[in-house]
Amino acid sequence: MFIINCPYCGEREQSEFKAGGEAHIVRPKQPTELSDDEWAEYLFMRKNIKGIQFERWVHTHGCRKWFNMIRDTSNDEIKAVYKMGDKPPIK
Amino acid sequence: MTKNLRVKTSKFIDETYRISFKFNGKTYYGFKGDTLASALLANDIHLVGRSFKYHRPRGIMTAGSEEPNAIVQLHHNTSRTEPNVRATEIEIYEGLEASSQNCWPSVNFDIGGINNFLSPVLPAGFYYKTFMWPASFWKKYEYFIRKSAGLGKSPTKPDPDVYEHKYIHCDVLIIGAGISGIIAAKTAAKNGFKTLLVEEKPYLGGSTIYQNSEHFKINNQISSSWLEKEINEIKKIKNLEIKIRTSVAAFYGYNYLLARENLTDHFPLEQRNNKTRHRLLKIRAKKVITATGSLERPLIFDNNDRPGILLSSAIEKYANFFGTACGEKNALFTNNDSAYETAISLYQKGINIEAVVDNREEIDSKLIKETEKNNIKVYKGYTVINTSGYKRINNITIMKLSKDGQKVIGPKISIKCDCLGISGGWTPAVHLFTQSGGKLKFREDDQVFIPNKYPLNQISIGSCNGDFTLDEILLNIIKTLKEFLNIKKIEYENLEVRSSFNKSKKNIWLLPSDKMIGKTKPFVDYQNDATAKDIKLALREGFRSIEHVKRYTTTGMGTDQGKLGNMHALGIISETSGSKMEELGTTTFRPPYTPLTFGTIVGRNVGEYFDIFRKTPIHEWHIENKAEFENVGQWKRAWYYPKEGESMHDAVQRESKAARDSAGILDASTLGKIDIQGTDSSEFLNRIYTNAWSKLAVGKCRYGLMLNEDGMVYDDGVTTRLDENHYIMTTTTGGAATVLGKLEDYLQTEWPELDVYLTSVTDHYATVSVCGPNSKKIISKVIPDLDFSDKNFPHMSFKNTKIGKIKCRIMRISFTGEHSYEINVQANYGKSVWEKCMKAGKEFNITPYGTETMHLLRAEKGFIIVGQDTDATMTPIDLQMNWIVSKKKYDFIGKRSLYRSDTIREDRKQLVGLLTENPDEVLEEGAQIVADINKSPVEMLGHVTSSYYSPNLKKSIALAVVRGGKNMMGHKLIIPMEKKQINVTVADPVFLDKENKRLNA
Repeated sequence: MFIINCPYCGEREQSEFKAGGEAHIVRPKQPTELSDDEWAEYLFMRKNIKGIQFERWVHTHGCRKWFNMIRDTSNDEIKAVYKMGDKPPIK
Repeated sequence: MTKNLRVKTSKFIDETYRISFKFNGKTYYGFKGDTLASALLANDIHLVGRSFKYHRPRGIMTAGSEEPNAIVQLHHNTSRTEPNVRATEIEIYEGLEASSQNCWPSVNFDIGGINNFLSPVLPAGFYYKTFMWPASFWKKYEYFIRKSAGLGKSPTKPDPDVYEHKYIHCDVLIIGAGISGIIAAKTAAKNGFKTLLVEEKPYLGGSTIYQNSEHFKINNQISSSWLEKEINEIKKIKNLEIKIRTSVAAFYGYNYLLARENLTDHFPLEQRNNKTRHRLLKIRAKKVITATGSLERPLIFDNNDRPGILLSSAIEKYANFFGTACGEKNALFTNNDSAYETAISLYQKGINIEAVVDNREEIDSKLIKETEKNNIKVYKGYTVINTSGYKRINNITIMKLSKDGQKVIGPKISIKCDCLGISGGWTPAVHLFTQSGGKLKFREDDQVFIPNKYPLNQISIGSCNGDFTLDEILLNIIKTLKEFLNIKKIEYENLEVRSSFNKSKKNIWLLPSDKMIGKTKPFVDYQNDATAKDIKLALREGFRSIEHVKRYTTTGMGTDQGKLGNMHALGIISETSGSKMEELGTTTFRPPYTPLTFGTIVGRNVGEYFDIFRKTPIHEWHIENKAEFENVGQWKRAWYYPKEGESMHDAVQRESKAARDSAGILDASTLGKIDIQGTDSSEFLNRIYTNAWSKLAVGKCRYGLMLNEDGMVYDDGVTTRLDENHYIMTTTTGGAATVLGKLEDYLQTEWPELDVYLTSVTDHYATVSVCGPNSKKIISKVIPDLDFSDKNFPHMSFKNTKIGKIKCRIMRISFTGEHSYEINVQANYGKSVWEKCMKAGKEFNITPYGTETMHLLRAEKGFIIVGQDTDATMTPIDLQMNWIVSKKKYDFIGKRSLYRSDTIREDRKQLVGLLTENPDEVLEEGAQIVADINKSPVEMLGHVTSSYYSPNLKKSIALAVVRGGKNMMGHKLIIPMEKKQINVTVADPVFLDKENKRLNA
């Protein structure tokens, strides 16, 4: 069970958080102008990488804030956490 | 009369404290300090159980938690009974009653033993192969398979014991208190770390503590004496906590571990009351040092499973620690030096040894020399090819090994014995290491998997790290600890260590025999009766992955999880298939390391504490008025209010009729309520609901439907505009938390520029809903000052007002289709407002109704319940709710998905009403709907989602989803049930008051 360093609250147990899937997928500004394929790309397609992955998490049982996390899915090492809207601290 | 095999006094056994216990109904005696296994062995009892598949007689094999055979049922037929308890772990106490498992009528005469002779027709995958056809016979097969499966009997009575959970935080956790663990604990604690040392056994010191040989010395003291002093010292260290009888079950990432602390299992039953039995420790450690030691390997040869065959190290422990011999004529069979430690120990205790059989030919070892000096015959370069004795070994047959170790040659030699110790070298106990995410590597020299890549902040030391000799262990620990704990000096740096152990080993996974493999029974997994033959068969049939072979042969799938034989299974696969051990890898080690009882897992969360529940401020009134409750999410909601002698059906019919004829009252406090404020609130609602919100006037309410981005209906509810920039949204009872979460998600991540603030106020208000043609009269009595005319207070509007001094907000909204009011007051006034309404409504027969009536009333009107009439595949178009989907709005969540190629299909399942041919026939919710019953296969068109008998329409009504149902109005369909077919007609889902006249009645 991870210890997650919430950017607003500090280190907390994983049980206080919820994962929200891949990060940095921006909702299209004009969905109506997209083809079925383009919309499906946004809606369904996720990378699900073994290795360094950018993820969204929310501190559900804490500050209720969403933030981003960079995690190595092969060993669960959390490389960084950063606030929504901030640039990833590492590539 | 049974024999007494107790030898010289052991200081770990208190011979002045005699304990009586029962095994299979017969009384025996042991001493304080004995395990059930050691006490039985001292009474010369080896046969304790029958094997799982062939029902072969089996005896005690080990002296620890890895025991595959000696698993017993404790206190059969009592509330404290427990199956699959390892006799090698349970400490005896006065009154202990244990019995053998998997045998009938008794362990000595077991009918199932016939399976042993049927074994040629019971190969690997027997069940898979045999019971596959004909498929229709499965029900019959299953009955017999279930009957013959399983080991012990589960308890059937409530567990009288108390269990608890405890969180522990520490700097350094050390798992295992053998010599490595003791050294690590002392080092960590002395350097200021808050240290926790856990040990599964009831004593400290591991196998070193009963080591009694001149061959293993530290600073010129016998290793056990040296260690004893260390143990006495660490007991005095303040920042070191020591927990014995504590077994680590699971090691998760980020150094989070679960351990079971056993507190009362060694007490007589009458002393256990009102004490905590087990404590589940939830440990979060900054650093973890694993010192779990190693397990001795058996050797794989024909009939290697007879009672009287034990691991050589177990025989040594029974002699040195428990002071008992395992037999009067002992033989040992080994491929390494360990068995000679046993031989020397037994010799010192005066226990007779017939011979040592060593598969190594040329070997220079101090231990062998001493063994031979004591006139013990050593057969070098020999292997055991067979054993005899049905319920106890009485003979072994040995033959010379060929140079390459592949064949046996020369004459057979027969050796009489009543106990055989086997030693196949050592396997590091890496289970916890791999559970935590560690990666192993294979060391070819001695054929062991050892830790390679560690997750952060943990290390393995001692023999679980592959260091098997005393000098190696001590040398490596010092280096490792300094680095891991970041300390400069360790007191153990100049230890003088003497170890006579010669590391050479001749590893042969499956020893050769003079017979064909098909004629032999070399057991690899004792508990599940998997033999080398089964593994080879699996490979011949094409299985390659170790995970597949495991499942096909059941190797390693018993309660012991194959702690003994898994390595041999791997080795045999590797040899047979020609693949490398490194590439094969091991099967996955999963928690728990040793079985946990359910009590330990649930702790105090039993009975009324199993789950939390929420109750409304009016809950007490519902109880006083004998409501039945239903669980909705975590809420307890009043379901219906049966009067004397009424069934649920009677009550619901009465309530439903009263609500439409005069007045009904419902506790709607559980509806989710979200307070929305901010200058962009209207824009926000526009984006999250399918309909338009900008033009909603202050003071008005509107029904909204919320979709997921995939276009499927997610939630619904009425939202009220309280002020220019202030709304209150209601959500479904079950959806309150997830809706708030979803809204926050969009606000924070997609539209952070919007000025909107969300607050959950579900618990802040109590909501009393009064409906029916007389509702207006009733509410007017409660609030005489308010103008209730349709002009001043029309449907879908709200008023802020007061009931006496209580501030309240009244919405004129309706989920029943009746003229109705929802009164929202500060939660703590809820019950008093409810009672006021009841009093005012008395003359109108105001009738409290529960959720069941609410569902019935809304179904009459064709109103959906999200989650009952919808699942995650229904769009608003499927629900025939096109009217609520804005065509004008440029965008809202889910809009684009409403015209994907899949969502515009005409033959999607769509919501329709159903009327039964026989108006008294009520359909079953979930029933399948078909058009043509004779078509093969029968085509399922959809299913019934809601179904009731409507007392107001005097007929059965139902809502259903039907493929292409939108265009099937008036069609006849069939609902096939088990014993009949029900004819139905597709109808408009609005059954009552299509013109909505009753809203303003």
